[in-house]
Amino acid sequence: MSEHYSSEEMMTVAAARMLRNGAVCFVGIGLPSTAANLARLTHAPDAVLVYESGPIGAKPPVLPLSIGDGNLADTADTVVSTPEIFRYWLQGGRIDVGFLGAAQLDKFANINTTVVGPYEKPKVRLPGAGGAPEISSSAKEVLIIVKQTKRTFVEKLDFITSVGFLTGGNAREEAGLSGNGPAAVITDLCILRPDPVSRELKITSIHHDVSRDAIVASTGWPVGFADSCEDTPIPTGAELDTLRDLKARTAAAHGTQGDAE
Amino acid sequence: MAEWMKLAEAVAAHVQDGDTLAMEGFTHLIPFAAGHEIIRQRRRNLSLIRMTPDLIYDQLIGAGCASKLTFSWGGNPGVGSLHRFRDAIENDWPNHLAIEERSHSDLANAYVAGAANLPFAVLRGYTGSDFPRVNPQIRSITCPFTGEVLAATPAVRPDVAVIHAQKADWKGNVLLWGILGVQKEAVLSAKRAIVTVEERVQTLDASPNACVLPHWVISAVCEVPRGATPSYAHGYYERDNVFYRAWDRVSRDRERFCAWIEHHLLRTRDFEEYLAMQRDPQVQAVFQ
Repeated sequence: MSEHYSSEEMMTVAAARMLRNGAVCFVGIGLPSTAANLARLTHAPDAVLVYESGPIGAKPPVLPLSIGDGNLADTADTVVSTPEIFRYWLQGGRIDVGFLGAAQLDKFANINTTVVGPYEKPKVRLPGAGGAPEISSSAKEVLIIVKQTKRTFVEKLDFITSVGFLTGGNAREEAGLSGNGPAAVITDLCILRPDPVSRELKITSIHHDVSRDAIVASTGWPVGFADSCEDTPIPTGAELDTLRDLKARTAAAHGTQGDAE
Repeated sequence: MAEWMKLAEAVAAHVQDGDTLAMEGFTHLIPFAAGHEIIRQRRRNLSLIRMTPDLIYDQLIGAGCASKLTFSWGGNPGVGSLHRFRDAIENDWPNHLAIEERSHSDLANAYVAGAANLPFAVLRGYTGSDFPRVNPQIRSITCPFTGEVLAATPAVRPDVAVIHAQKADWKGNVLLWGILGVQKEAVLSAKRAIVTVEERVQTLDASPNACVLPHWVISAVCEVPRGATPSYAHGYYERDNVFYRAWDRVSRDRERFCAWIEHHLLRTRDFEEYLAMQRDPQVQAVFQ
């Protein structure tokens, strides 16, 4: 029943599974929001979704197109101002999981969403920081969801917008960052987790029908596989049905796909 | 002391060339009508501040009103790039745009500092990032009690703040609800403030903890129904997602953008006439 699914569906389902029930999750727009809402609609009904625009405990019936859609406010337990969300709730240490996307990522899970090329004369000007720098530093842990290509998984970032493990090892702790940093990177090919000592991302789970060669060819650094590397369970029928219903409802409401970023 | 005015009069009286201008609204209640009027009155050399520049600043930047932008996330939400913003940064078109780039958390804190009449904001932020390298305004301060090193950034203190809200009473007391963003802080951090509202009412009937801005912190209040479209006004109308997507096409090309600005803003008398044009399928077939 679940033999046909896209690599993006696999990525979203794998990311959703990472969010434990009851976790307080600061959600970025786009893929993180899709995955967090899928988790809420499947195994994690008590996950608390927090959006940087101010809604706490949002339960949107369709995926929001912008970070401040009205359905987030309508369904939230409370709506606070943007300064309050960052000051009391994020910096205050009340966020269990930060759920982020990325334009570029390096082997220590540092993120660039600022520029491709030199800052003063960029080849591509990306949107910038948003809430990500403080989410990545203050949330107790961070999940990153991103499609894996050589252009996104790069040896060296042109700009560090949001920090992962900096230069690896104990660099993050030594810098004095309060959160524990990225726990996993979920892609359309696999799941990567930081090595406990070097903090370099290693592949710990490979999605069904994806070859090791394909992953290596989509990574801009010589990526390693963990000894305990396993196969990602394929999406269940229930996971796929819930995700597709959510996307269909979203498309009907917005007249578009909910994942556009 | 709030004065009820026409929007054109309020902009003429309170927004001058060279001003530092903050137009806020976090995807909700974005003051588009006021942005259009600033373009119509051909203001120049503005230093714009806004957490999420959005389409409103894409229009101001492309129309040549701005010489500087302070921001923390510059995209078309749910769609992609802001093409006029990118063209200004990547190619200096229509003019050079200086940028001061910060994070959401920083700018939100900086508005709070401005509203509180403090010179700078303090936050845990930017550690390990490249922002301090490209923005010399991002500095650090050592806590005198614990020795912790924290980020310190200048307060936002605009000459003028502009926001949109749902209601104002006859005296000019303003009520807003839903996603509040930094609108209150923007008004309280600025020397002057213009507020456009959906409707003018006899009484606000607000609950005790509602977000009400008293009339005496506002310079001008203007009744502009649908004044936040294509963003939304909670309880009044939805976000016009079709316009946000159409803007990607309109703004991608310089000539097409200029034709849109000329036809929709420079040749219209006011926001009402602009809205009538937006509803005209023949006009929209040409421009979108």
